[in-house]
Amino acid sequence: MSEESEVSLLLDAIYLRYHYDFRSYAPASIKRRLTAAMLQMHAESLSALQERVLREPPAFSRLLQFLTVGVSDMFRDPSFFRAFREQVVPELRTYPSIRVWIAGCSTGEELYSVAILLREEGLLERTTLYATDINPEALRKAEQGLYPIERLQAFTENHQLSGSKCSLSEHYTAAYGSAAFDRSLRKNVVFSDHSLATDSVFAEVQLVSCRNVLIYFDRSLQERALGLMKDSLCRRGFLGLGSRESLMFSQHAASFREFVASERWFQRC
Amino acid sequence: MLAPSHRAQLLACEALVMGASSGAIEALNQLLPAVPAEARIPVVVVVHLPANRPSLLVEVFAPRCSARVREPEDKEAMTAGIWFAPSNYHLLVESDRSFAFSTALPVNFSRPSIDVLFESAADAFADSLCCVVLTGANEDGAQGASSIRRRGGLVIVQEPNGAEAKQMPNAAIALANPQIVAPLPEIAELIRLATRAEP
Repeated sequence: MSEESEVSLLLDAIYLRYHYDFRSYAPASIKRRLTAAMLQMHAESLSALQERVLREPPAFSRLLQFLTVGVSDMFRDPSFFRAFREQVVPELRTYPSIRVWIAGCSTGEELYSVAILLREEGLLERTTLYATDINPEALRKAEQGLYPIERLQAFTENHQLSGSKCSLSEHYTAAYGSAAFDRSLRKNVVFSDHSLATDSVFAEVQLVSCRNVLIYFDRSLQERALGLMKDSLCRRGFLGLGSRESLMFSQHAASFREFVASERWFQRC
Repeated sequence: MLAPSHRAQLLACEALVMGASSGAIEALNQLLPAVPAEARIPVVVVVHLPANRPSLLVEVFAPRCSARVREPEDKEAMTAGIWFAPSNYHLLVESDRSFAFSTALPVNFSRPSIDVLFESAADAFADSLCCVVLTGANEDGAQGASSIRRRGGLVIVQEPNGAEAKQMPNAAIALANPQIVAPLPEIAELIRLATRAEP
């Protein structure tokens, strides 16, 4: 059997057994991740991995970590956050209450970046943030807001470059090799299990941040996900994407205009 | 002397992938201008870059090259010309010959990693792929070159003694059993041969 068909059998089986739908993920990355999982989980082949995952739910939980966890730094692409601060925030200020959706929040780096920025701009108190992901383990980590102290140097540099006038250390306390981000940052955060592949719209929001999530989807799933974001956004609401992502190839392009094109900020028409 | 079978493979290959680390700019300066304006195939280059700073490679090389020099977008078709991997992502190739990205952990301490590009390109192009491993002070690219070699692609490695950093070419030679090990001026000629428009 070809490797490609082994991959699709495995993804079909996962969908049927666990209702997680990876069938429309971009193949090159899925293959890399499955290969890594095979090695780490000591499976001899993809079909051996499939057998094990179907028989043992804990093995599936483990596989899920390989399939879903992206690695992001806080304030990744500082110029994106600078545009957020300087150009998006003035528009957000006009709303008496603000709802923000962090779609595919993984372990929370993007969520805390957005929450910190909103706090520094005086908007966090009147904002509700929805942080969603399909990986319960990642959501748990996001909810904890603990990051290894070694990562803080990069986070701090990025935060400075994003145009902040404060120090990142005002938002966390360091202890036992970790940085614990302030509880108050997540006071208005709703953490929730939500799949861009299988679930539907759950709230009307003024801003969606979905960065470096669409790169893992094939075109059809990208369309579905962008459709959900389009339907969630109010008129003149904002969509922030990753630095290699755009609406260039999407049928939803006509529903948005470029807001800060170079930083991948779009505005709902 | 270029073996006839290697020459045939260069003329028939459908993509060229390259990787370089420390000393990359000087090496690429000698190689990329060899790609003609009307290049026959895509040339995709991974250079190890500091994360979280935009790459300046396109600005640096566009004025020195006659071929078009770009950074790809997600899902963009891999057309002819020179492409640089952007910083802080892995760059991959899909079997439909479009570009894909990932923010998975660094491989060989690098994101972009040469191995990630090479291994995905080996899957997509099999024996119609040619790769070049250049100067660098780590071992990225060796695994990927070895995947390309196993699938029948053509592996070219910079002669380590002439390289600014020998470790990367040495690792690729040890692991991938390259068909060609050559100094930069010769590699430039091979690139010219592979990328020139069909006569």
